[in-house]
Amino acid sequence: MLLETRDLTAFYGDFQALFGVNIRLGEGETIAIIGANGAGKTTLLRSISGVIDNHAGMVRFEGNPVGDVAADAMVTRGIAMVPEGRKLFPSLSVEENLMIGAYCGRPGKHWNLEAIYELFPILREKRTNPSTSLSGGQQQMVAIGRALMSNPRVLLCDEISLGLAPVVIKDIYANIPKIKAAGASVIIVEQDVGQALKVADRVYCMMEGRISLSGKPSEITREQVHAAYFGATA
Amino acid sequence: MTLIDTIVQGILLGGLYALFAAGLSLTFGVMRLVNLAHGDLIVMGAYLILLFVTVLGIDPFLAAVIAAPLMFGLGYGVQHFVLNRTLGKDILPPLLVTFGLSIALQNLMLQSFSADSRKIPGGALETASLNLGGVTVGILPLLTFASSILVIVALNQLFYRTSLGRAFRATSDDPVTARLMGIRPQTIFSQATAISMLVVTLAALYLGMRANFDPSIGPARLIYAFEAVIIGGLGSLWGTLAGGIIIGVAQTLGASINPEWQILSGHIAFLIVLIVRPRGLFPRAYD
Repeated sequence: MLLETRDLTAFYGDFQALFGVNIRLGEGETIAIIGANGAGKTTLLRSISGVIDNHAGMVRFEGNPVGDVAADAMVTRGIAMVPEGRKLFPSLSVEENLMIGAYCGRPGKHWNLEAIYELFPILREKRTNPSTSLSGGQQQMVAIGRALMSNPRVLLCDEISLGLAPVVIKDIYANIPKIKAAGASVIIVEQDVGQALKVADRVYCMMEGRISLSGKPSEITREQVHAAYFGATA
Repeated sequence: MTLIDTIVQGILLGGLYALFAAGLSLTFGVMRLVNLAHGDLIVMGAYLILLFVTVLGIDPFLAAVIAAPLMFGLGYGVQHFVLNRTLGKDILPPLLVTFGLSIALQNLMLQSFSADSRKIPGGALETASLNLGGVTVGILPLLTFASSILVIVALNQLFYRTSLGRAFRATSDDPVTARLMGIRPQTIFSQATAISMLVVTLAALYLGMRANFDPSIGPARLIYAFEAVIIGGLGSLWGTLAGGIIIGVAQTLGASINPEWQILSGHIAFLIVLIVRPRGLFPRAYD
């Protein structure tokens, strides 16, 4: 198993956000975490990426306990994140935002500026522009490209469709198979269930800090998702 | 002609203030923290250079070259072992620590070097001058000004042409997201402070050769530096040079009217700029 969480719990002060979450991500797999606002999806990603500190054994990457590894060291180990809201650096140009993704100097051959510009050709035209001058969709492309620049083994995508037009979302999701083909496994956190089910090999649904449903998209019914998402049958 | 001469001397003095300010601008830009001990560190650098000059009997410039790596290491150490531990959401604890550091440094220098005012001997350089068609300028002020431009160019290259510079700017924008790029903000802060200490060493060299100094003059240098940074606009190094020049020219113009007005004129120029352009002359487009 490439990445797994074991009875993962997380707290914000006294507030418990995750209650014993177990997920698994295999080599070359794409999994989607779906759920309503406040279900704990982002907290789960933040725990995996090291932004939230946990007990070491709660998160295992390539068989090693990494729950207590800091976010900056996780990137070096091969877990990169596309944060919710894109979070581009406003004082850096588009190309500089991409280049900062490679700051950790992780060895890897596939992803470099040229490969990112092939994936998202529009970024080549905009490469000297301030990142803040781009449209939402283009900014999301920069955020994904920036994460890929570290040549990650696992790419964590937090709500990449948030605030984007459907046609733009479709464009961005069309690139997920290419990212997989280049050797990264992907975890997608999404509120857009339809989109998530299309690209994922397996789906986990979260509710109130717990996994309420998991399975292959082809094996779970709409009713099951509805119940796991809202906590009530349709 | 007297007016032109006064303005030229003011511009050259501005170079010294820009040197005081460039290091502050660097650390302030990266950490958003004003190091209240910045002026005292400049004075300490001057004492260090003086120490090498008197003990080893060497040229002040060579002494500064020896002092630079020591100051670099000191900056890294102070940031790593002291300031980084206090940096967090609340700006007050690190600010208080730098205030404490300022007082501690002043007392340390008082204890080690006494309250007597000292000067780094510059030899023939102190009196050497150049006649530029009616305006005579000192070689030392000219060197100071040239050094300030070199420092600003070098820092701009560092900020906009290197991987470390990108990391500086990214950390300044958003330290949490910077961590997701594999950047460790604490290390970045230590590197920024260490580099700023190289500029501090250069500022110390010219401060000490230009006029007398004693352990108590640090805070006033901090004020000039801070005013230059604010006038220029946060995050703009060329703005910092412009800020230094504005204070320098205002001071020499004030002094030409009445010598007692020198310092006051600089502060008034600062206030006028603040009233007209509250974010400074060349502020960043965001913030």
